[in-house]
Amino acid sequence: MVRLATDGRSIPDPTPVTAPFFAAGAEGRFLLQTCPRDGAFFYPRARCPHCWQDDWSWTEASGRGTIYSFTIDRIGHDPQQKQLAPFVIALVTLDEGPRAVAQIVDCPIEAVRLGMPVKAVFDLFQPADHGEPVAMLRFRPS
Amino acid sequence: MGKRAAAIVGMTEWKPARRWDEPLFDLDAFARLGAELVEDSGLDKADIDGFCITGAREAPVLAPSAVAEHLGMRSRFNERVDLGGATPAGMVWRAAAAIEAGVCQAVLVLCPATPRPSQQVRERPHTSGRPIYMGGDAWGSPQAQFEVPAGLVGATPSYAMIARLYMDTYGLDEETLAKIAVEQRCNAQANPDAIFHGRSITLEDVMTSPMIADPLKLLEIVMPCFGGAAVLVTSAELAKRARHRPVLISGFGEEMTHRSITSMPDLLDSPVRGAAARAFEMAGTTPAAIDTAQIYDCYTITVLRSLEDAGFCRLGEGGAFVREHDFRYDGDFPVNTNGGQLAFGQAGIAGGMTHVIEAARQIQGRAGPRQQRRCDLAFVNGNGGMMSEQVSLILEGA
Repeated sequence: MVRLATDGRSIPDPTPVTAPFFAAGAEGRFLLQTCPRDGAFFYPRARCPHCWQDDWSWTEASGRGTIYSFTIDRIGHDPQQKQLAPFVIALVTLDEGPRAVAQIVDCPIEAVRLGMPVKAVFDLFQPADHGEPVAMLRFRPS
Repeated sequence: MGKRAAAIVGMTEWKPARRWDEPLFDLDAFARLGAELVEDSGLDKADIDGFCITGAREAPVLAPSAVAEHLGMRSRFNERVDLGGATPAGMVWRAAAAIEAGVCQAVLVLCPATPRPSQQVRERPHTSGRPIYMGGDAWGSPQAQFEVPAGLVGATPSYAMIARLYMDTYGLDEETLAKIAVEQRCNAQANPDAIFHGRSITLEDVMTSPMIADPLKLLEIVMPCFGGAAVLVTSAELAKRARHRPVLISGFGEEMTHRSITSMPDLLDSPVRGAAARAFEMAGTTPAAIDTAQIYDCYTITVLRSLEDAGFCRLGEGGAFVREHDFRYDGDFPVNTNGGQLAFGQAGIAGGMTHVIEAARQIQGRAGPRQQRRCDLAFVNGNGGMMSEQVSLILEGA
């Protein structure tokens, strides 16, 4: 079930595996899992997708990256985000290597370009289920 | 050439429709499709000893045994396949492989796509049941936490990002993509069953249709509808008894690396490359020998990228290839001759079957007004999810 914020938009619903990422995000820090053999990976998961081992550690990433590709969602494909359209969804290659997807904020939608350098920002949203505020990853031009 | 152990010998495809009033349970749809396949192939029900399905809404678990029971079968090959749009093509090669291994001799490949007969169906508690999430809103799924909140929902934004990267990297213009939609719509004008039969479009219509997810516009995107489709795959031996020209399955390949576009290793290098290369190698043929290409077409960009990765042209040359060739059924490089999903309609899981069936129709000489002059060898590509599940088939007239 999609978790909703008080303003109706879809927000993350952390699990035991992903909770440290969202907790750090609430403090403005971008945590990446790093495997001693294979390096950083993202999204968070219980084992490294390359060697399947679980001796990874959380490491603080720069939060910086560049836009690999993007689209302007003109209609809001997520029924819970129709009210926010149009908005930019971008694939961001993090400086540490892995790729993340997020919306681009603090930038006119027509100004977004491939290769644009961006910086992670975490905005807090209050869940409609009265849980703790949840940090949502977005990027803005850096 | 290649493997010739199994063949498509029967087919049925329901006319797609935006509205479907007849209540039809999946289990009953399977029986109806089965009866139509027996009729079309000229074989007997007693010859059939296997089936492929995606599942059955009336049997969320233990679906295959429910099918055997409901259809009164003693069945030896009972397969559930989950490859999104590539599912029908994936079913065809699984059936062929099982037949070659001697597991069975005749397999129903069943893809009904009709509405739920009841509005009282109990939702799964951990998802919203909204089809646009494709189950990605289940608690604990990576999509629910990292993609849905970003707005990465449905397939269109993902394919739009492939198109954006491609256009910026290789200088492709929007008109070239639009040409694919126009030519497929042309093909649909020779297909009375097509959902857009009687409604041709121009390049300008495509270019001025509403932008949905830049750079993809409304007329470059499939329109969902209802319908259903099925084929019968048998051993080459049994196929000799069939009413129509057997369509031998001479090569196949399947590959996947990701579910989400975010995790696709390279947006401009899809698993079509591996799947198609193995299919061509198995069949002992090359793209140059192909008479008809039936390419999964959820979007215009999917057709262009699939043609490149399948080896019909090189990466970056897809735009020139589209401009230099005529994809119409009477053109120099016929593609999606029944209109494809863009113009025939995308009836859920049956959408991926339309490419298999149109290839078989052309080879059997049953394509009516859109029949190609010569068609003995077909390339079919099935694509699922976010350019993720890829299945290639080489089909060859006996």
